[in-house]
Amino acid sequence: MNLLLKQILLPLADFVLEVDVEITSQVTAICGPSGAGKTSLLDLIAGLRRPKSALIRLNDRVLTDTAAGAQVAARHRQIGYVPQDLALFPHLSVHQNLLYGHKVADQTANGQLFSYDHVTEVLEIQSLAERGVNHLSGGEKQRVALARALLTSPRLLLLDEPLANLDGALKARIIPYLTRVREEFRLPMLYVTHDFDEVRELCEHALLLERGRIISGLD
Amino acid sequence: MAAEEWQIVWFTTWVSALSTVVILPFGLGAAWLLARCQWPGKSIVETFISLPLVMPPVATGLILLKLLGRRGAIGGFLHDTLNFDVVFTWRGVLIALGVMSFPLLVRSTRVAFEEVNPRLEQIARTLGAGNFRVFLTITLPLSARGIVAGMILAFARALGEFGATIMVAGNIPGKTSTLSLAIFQSVQLGQDADAFRLLGVSVALAFLAVWGSELLLRRKRGLK
Repeated sequence: MNLLLKQILLPLADFVLEVDVEITSQVTAICGPSGAGKTSLLDLIAGLRRPKSALIRLNDRVLTDTAAGAQVAARHRQIGYVPQDLALFPHLSVHQNLLYGHKVADQTANGQLFSYDHVTEVLEIQSLAERGVNHLSGGEKQRVALARALLTSPRLLLLDEPLANLDGALKARIIPYLTRVREEFRLPMLYVTHDFDEVRELCEHALLLERGRIISGLD
Repeated sequence: MAAEEWQIVWFTTWVSALSTVVILPFGLGAAWLLARCQWPGKSIVETFISLPLVMPPVATGLILLKLLGRRGAIGGFLHDTLNFDVVFTWRGVLIALGVMSFPLLVRSTRVAFEEVNPRLEQIARTLGAGNFRVFLTITLPLSARGIVAGMILAFARALGEFGATIMVAGNIPGKTSTLSLAIFQSVQLGQDADAFRLLGVSVALAFLAVWGSELLLRRKRGLK
């Protein structure tokens, strides 16, 4: 993967998000304290916010180029996003949530198409299909949200503190699923977290963000 | 009840229902724009939409009469080009009811839209949905209760409308006479028994509308 985030400028409430970095590792953690701008950065990459200035390029595809007035709409970016609150659609069943963005006729950049059966099998959620999302446990919700993002066959997966709301025991049960996703789908991921144990377990590279600036990178 | 009274009840009910249906797409559009978008002059549009709530209904009716009459800007055009009259017809009643109930529909629907978590709509976009699909599959179903409540409010407001209707459509028996107008006329003529019969029907209709909506909402929530 090659994700170029160049001359990113986005004014936030207390500071300006200023990022200039090229990410090449497959799974990269973005760490930092609360309010450091991590979610805003993911929103920018997903196309949910418009920066004051930015050049965002994923592999050979320009997603945002303010200098050229280019901004690919979120729905055309092929970027899977699992937000911190998961944003499962409460009026739809698990099956309907999963099918919402399921691509059956499109190919990802590496020619891989994630099938419904494969994704639900890897995440062990086949038996949940007819349940309402409000009747799922915390860990089941996490896996459904992850599966829903994967079923769009994205070129990049953004995970915003996916384990933040889970207790220690549940975290330990979910991490193997994330590892399986990493191994099975070979999908580039940006993984926002506070927890260095998660970073060690899942990521190859970590960036430390503080008050909108990347202050260090760790392998 | 006499045949004329049944006709009044029927006319009032269907024209109120029709006005609610007619204003629904406009109400949804206005409410969505107010809830989800920022643009210059938004507060002016917002105030303008709410005006019929606070203005005397006869004043709103007078404005409509001047606009829709044969010598008015819109009414004159419709009459000259399409030979189509609005004032003192059932269409005048329809427009008066629609204008008077529009703000209630917009207010209720706007609140319902604002209560939908925008994050759900954003994530739907990352899943490949365009604005229209997001609206149809996320915003609309999640705000359905507020929209239904707004429609019931608008319908109930239309059932009881008086001032604007009498200005735009008059009180022509068998043609534009609604329950409110007929009750007023009966009282004026000292026909109290007729007035009370129609009053009873008004109460029953309003009760049925509100009770029906309550049942509908409880069913949606899965309650008995």
